[in-house]
Amino acid sequence: MAPAIELRHVTKRFLTPSGTAYTALRDLDLAVQDGEFCAVVGPTGCGKSTTLALISGLEPPSEGEVFVGGAPVRSVGRDVGYVFQVDAVFPWKSVLDNVATGPRFRGVERRAAEDLARDWIKRVGLSGFERYYPHQLSGGMRKRAALAQTLINEPRILLMDEPFSALDVQTRTLMENELLQLWSTTRASVVFVTHDLEEAIALADRVVVITAGPGTVKGVYRVDLPRPRNVAEIRFQPEFSRIYQEIWNDLRDEVLVSYERSKRSVS
Amino acid sequence: MLVLGTWEIGTTVDAAHKDGLFIDPFFYGRPSGIASQLWTWIQNGTAQGPLWLQIATTLEEAFLGFLIGVILGVVFGVALGRVRLLSDVFAPYIKAFNAMPRVVLGSIFIITIGYGIWSKVALAVVLVFFVVFFNAFQGVREVDRVLIANARILGASERQLSTHVILPSALSWILASLHTSFGFALVGAVVGEYLGAIHGIGLIIATAQATFNPNGVFAAMFILALVALTAEVALTSLEGRLIKWRPNGINTDGLI
Repeated sequence: MAPAIELRHVTKRFLTPSGTAYTALRDLDLAVQDGEFCAVVGPTGCGKSTTLALISGLEPPSEGEVFVGGAPVRSVGRDVGYVFQVDAVFPWKSVLDNVATGPRFRGVERRAAEDLARDWIKRVGLSGFERYYPHQLSGGMRKRAALAQTLINEPRILLMDEPFSALDVQTRTLMENELLQLWSTTRASVVFVTHDLEEAIALADRVVVITAGPGTVKGVYRVDLPRPRNVAEIRFQPEFSRIYQEIWNDLRDEVLVSYERSKRSVS
Repeated sequence: MLVLGTWEIGTTVDAAHKDGLFIDPFFYGRPSGIASQLWTWIQNGTAQGPLWLQIATTLEEAFLGFLIGVILGVVFGVALGRVRLLSDVFAPYIKAFNAMPRVVLGSIFIITIGYGIWSKVALAVVLVFFVVFFNAFQGVREVDRVLIANARILGASERQLSTHVILPSALSWILASLHTSFGFALVGAVVGEYLGAIHGIGLIIATAQATFNPNGVFAAMFILALVALTAEVALTSLEGRLIKWRPNGINTDGLI
């Protein structure tokens, strides 16, 4: 069976405002199996977000091909969900309307869409806040709303771009556990981008390390920790620190490269 | 109060000695004269007919001009903001038109459309259109890229993208422009009437000017100010209703 997501020799170049080409990804190969939770880690600016944009169909690759469910990606796919790093809920819609947006766009009737939305609002623990506007919610609650907004479409492919990076540590751990719990019921294929290695190992079946830009795959690591996992406690298992050390050896060099570069560009 | 008092006293004191006047009421009018002028208009009507008819005429022109101008401005602003090709084709023309002092168009409109209300409406439309257009255009350009990406992922068609994301987002820009543009609509109506009309406050001002009646000019100005203030209040309440989702300043009742 074809992998759920596959990137073959993908290169992505952007035109910078000054007119030169910037290579974000170079010859990247990546495959994610059906129902697999894959975390992508790498230093800042290594093209992690670009990878997600390519899979979602928001951006076309400059070279190479992207497949979702065996078929090449030509436009934004129906089976894709995308949780953004920054707040992407619509500030002019209430929580209920925000969550109901996906089904409404896809032609579900208002009544049915709202019933479905109420159900998902309950699942992410936001019951009672249906009539609130995003600016009236805390960062964590907005993230829950965004999660419900994405998951209500029941995507087979779930892309997450550092979704919890703006949250405080406690909220973050809570949200990670809830994500795992929600995911265990849907079993979508997940690509979870983060710069936090602990988060990557705690959540994923497989961790992919990307090199400092232009990004390409540096190493792939299996995480054979048992599920269901408790993100708060799994960090204390010896197996966890063993994997952490193994991956960190790889990641450290890339982080240093990226750090040196940013120092040079500042000075 | 102080200004009004000084003005009134300045025009009365020394009225006995013809040469010692502090402020000459012949040129500057006087508050009591303005009040009695207003009273006369209310009781006996103006030279052009009853006062309410003049106010209603001006309001009708300003309102129609405002409405048409806003609709056109929003439609063109959103269309040009959304479609690159359209903006590339039309932008130079719109800029050229905008650079022209548009009040002179009033004369053309009166020649072509006539003395009725529509020549004034046309002038108001032209004035309103550009204010709203540029705001709507900018509003569309400033829409958060992430929100657009999110809507696309959630399955929005191009049309749904416009109605669910781009219009609501541009709405605060558009609404901000409405305050200025209603003022412009009023300017268009009054200037149009001033240039030639059958009814309207602008005509009252023109008549008062022609007959050296400063009290009349001031009284008409007073009426205009009242009209503009009322419109402002109405617009603010409309704005509050349309964008209730927006946090108002520091005082948000949010949960942190």
